[in-house]
Amino acid sequence: MFKTARRGLIKGAVAAMVMGLGLSATGTFAQAETTLKVVPHSDLKILDPIWTTAYISRNHGYMVYDTLFALDASGNVQPQMVDTVSTSDDGLTITMTLRDGLSWHDGAPVTAADCVASIKRWGSKDAMGQKMMSFVDSLEATDDKTITFKLNAQTGLVTLALAKPSSNVPFMMPERIANTPSSEQISEFIGSGPFVFNQEAWEPGTKIVYDKFAGYVPRSEPASGLAGGKIAKVDRVEWLPIRDQQQAVNALKAGELDYIEGLPHDLLPLVEGDENIKLVDFNPAGNQFTFRYNVLHPPFDNPKMRQALLYAFNQEDFLQAQIGNADYYKACKAMFGCGMPFETTAHMDGLLESNFDKARELIAESGYNGEPILLMHSTDLAVLTNLAPVAKDLMEAIGLNVDMQSMDWQTLVARRAKKDLPADGGWNAFITSWTAGDLFNPVAMAFLNSSCDTALFGWPCDEKIEGLRDSFARATTKEEQLKIVEDVQGAWLEYPTHIHLGQWNQATATRSNIDGVLPTGAAVFWNISKN
Amino acid sequence: MLSYLLRRLIATIPVMLLVAVFVFMLLRLTPGDPAAIIAGDYANDAQIAEIRAKLGLDKPLPVQFMVWLGNMFQGDFGESFFYKKQVGELIAARLEPTLSLSLLTIILTVCIAVPLGTLAAYRQGSWLDRGIMGFSVLGFSLPVFVIGYMLIYLFSIKLGWLPVQGYQRISDGVGGWLLRLILPSVALSVIFVAFIARMTRTSVLEVLGEDYVRTARAKGQTETKVLMRHAVRNAAVPIVTVIGLSFAILIGGVVVTESVFNLPGLGLLTVEAVLARDFPTIQAVILLFSFIYVLINLLIDVSYTVLDPRIRY
Repeated sequence: MFKTARRGLIKGAVAAMVMGLGLSATGTFAQAETTLKVVPHSDLKILDPIWTTAYISRNHGYMVYDTLFALDASGNVQPQMVDTVSTSDDGLTITMTLRDGLSWHDGAPVTAADCVASIKRWGSKDAMGQKMMSFVDSLEATDDKTITFKLNAQTGLVTLALAKPSSNVPFMMPERIANTPSSEQISEFIGSGPFVFNQEAWEPGTKIVYDKFAGYVPRSEPASGLAGGKIAKVDRVEWLPIRDQQQAVNALKAGELDYIEGLPHDLLPLVEGDENIKLVDFNPAGNQFTFRYNVLHPPFDNPKMRQALLYAFNQEDFLQAQIGNADYYKACKAMFGCGMPFETTAHMDGLLESNFDKARELIAESGYNGEPILLMHSTDLAVLTNLAPVAKDLMEAIGLNVDMQSMDWQTLVARRAKKDLPADGGWNAFITSWTAGDLFNPVAMAFLNSSCDTALFGWPCDEKIEGLRDSFARATTKEEQLKIVEDVQGAWLEYPTHIHLGQWNQATATRSNIDGVLPTGAAVFWNISKN
Repeated sequence: MLSYLLRRLIATIPVMLLVAVFVFMLLRLTPGDPAAIIAGDYANDAQIAEIRAKLGLDKPLPVQFMVWLGNMFQGDFGESFFYKKQVGELIAARLEPTLSLSLLTIILTVCIAVPLGTLAAYRQGSWLDRGIMGFSVLGFSLPVFVIGYMLIYLFSIKLGWLPVQGYQRISDGVGGWLLRLILPSVALSVIFVAFIARMTRTSVLEVLGEDYVRTARAKGQTETKVLMRHAVRNAAVPIVTVIGLSFAILIGGVVVTESVFNLPGLGLLTVEAVLARDFPTIQAVILLFSFIYVLINLLIDVSYTVLDPRIRY
């Protein structure tokens, strides 16, 4: 009797405990239906999208801030916060009027003065912004809703630059925040975008929370690219950085997550065929692998040596080695991207086809004496790991002496900033990747900047390329710009600054009840619904 | 005893200072520049130099070290280069998952390993002994991430009983907290069960051969009493030492488990900080680990006086 009673008691206790766990679990795991749980491509560490060019900070920017202009799905500039824009007959005055009803997350109205301060901060930091500002004599808020640019020369760059889709994006901030020098990080995160950054809920390294901004007034046009109506269709978006992508996939399959921003190609078979998961691509224009030379030191101080690699390389080898799945890559000779507004293959005939004879001929002309070429090999970013060994093979095939040094990406980042000789801690070459939005025209493409000391690491120095970039900025019609882009490719062939190694795409995996992922080029979360 | 404790605590100061110098120098000698990382892909030399100056990384190393040490003595661990938050705050937020996981793992380990080891010793040479020792070899051989993935596949994906990843704070509900820690602590405990079971077996075997055990049996005591009162109790000193050290190792070494189960603990914070070259965070976390290690060693030594009255300090 006693034993039976005791057993019953134990059973009851266990049952109560299990129920308790279950109830707590249900209570805790159950989320409002409109919380979108996202695994971003990396953790968000820096919250100022003007201070850093990190893509994760850019994506944070798109949540919290809005832009004056934006590119639509066809790559055309469309007004976003701006209602009307007009240009004077002489082309030297541009006037923009803000839309009605725009407000900051703290409830204050968005004013032209806020936007002027934001443009100035961005224009002092971003390369395209600096170029645009070089045409600006004065930039003023002529009334609460009117922004007036007075230019020193005609240019088509103003609206194009203000619609820049990738880092640094000209996000608008309240004047008091935008007055922070661009060399310092902002410490207040108030925007006028479709989501509010929930700073109290932010757990660094673990969780970043955005709540729908009830006061956001979207445009009436349907969403298209980064333009059109930015309608938040979920109440909350949580970014949950998960370092182990395999584990992220497990959690997606188990229904604990809704969205993985960038699914590694080798994990695709785990989700393909799963009816609860679908694959989408928010960046159909993709990304471009890029080989960067350092022109300061031999042998790449000689343009002929750099040209030799244009002939020695072929994109297919790199893409096959790194991506493997032909559905996710495309050989593309157009320097400014296939499917992009300035796509052209002018001057590209015969290049990137592994013509070793031509490459050897150029090497002989260059007088290369067999000095080692220090190629930095990044080993910890899965999407870059296999590229340097391919480059090494192809370079050795034409008789170059390659010293490939493996290191983690952050070591590479520190080393690429050094101008020292390779033997003293400098470098000759490395490979990286850019998103299409970063290289869609000659001004935006940072590796094309050939302004010597102020150019990006690698420090190319060529007056002709710089002149053409300047002409592009001055061009006011698309036809003019296209002609200049072709000339840029010709100048680049004479003075190579980098080599484009092909385009690649990455799938985004979502639960099948997630709809409305837009082809924007950046991971944005307006228009996405959870059904 | 009190003077012993005081002496030991004072002795930690030079140890911590040595660790501080070592960690500081090691980080500065490691390739990588936090300023270049923060600046991003488009930054030019001037922008990187500006950030380096703002972080104080342009000052000579001895100056940087003294500034850091001075701040540490005032309880200021510095500010994370990246998160722009006080390192103390970051660590405090990550302490709970790591401590929870370590505690649960050690409880699970002790509850399984000590009885198994004792049983193996008592049945030395039997199939039970061989079975337990065989499991022990297996436990040593299986990496924790393999066990983790196997458990996730079975209990989370196939059966759907337990969550795949993540952590819930204990203040948000004990049930959810425990549910999310079951798989990681089971995965992590396997190797420690294997280790401590072997250790227990060896210690108990040694004691079982002592004269006083033979005497206890001759006095007619039951085997349970012989085992519990005489064998296990006298074998406890080495077992407690190993358990204590295991706990210290757990706190500083749960990186893989935290990574596999996405637990936002100190291990993950350390990895993230190392990859980002977040010097203030790495320095503070490693100092904290060292301090915990020293403290646990002290507690183990003190526990000897309780377990064996012959030991006096």
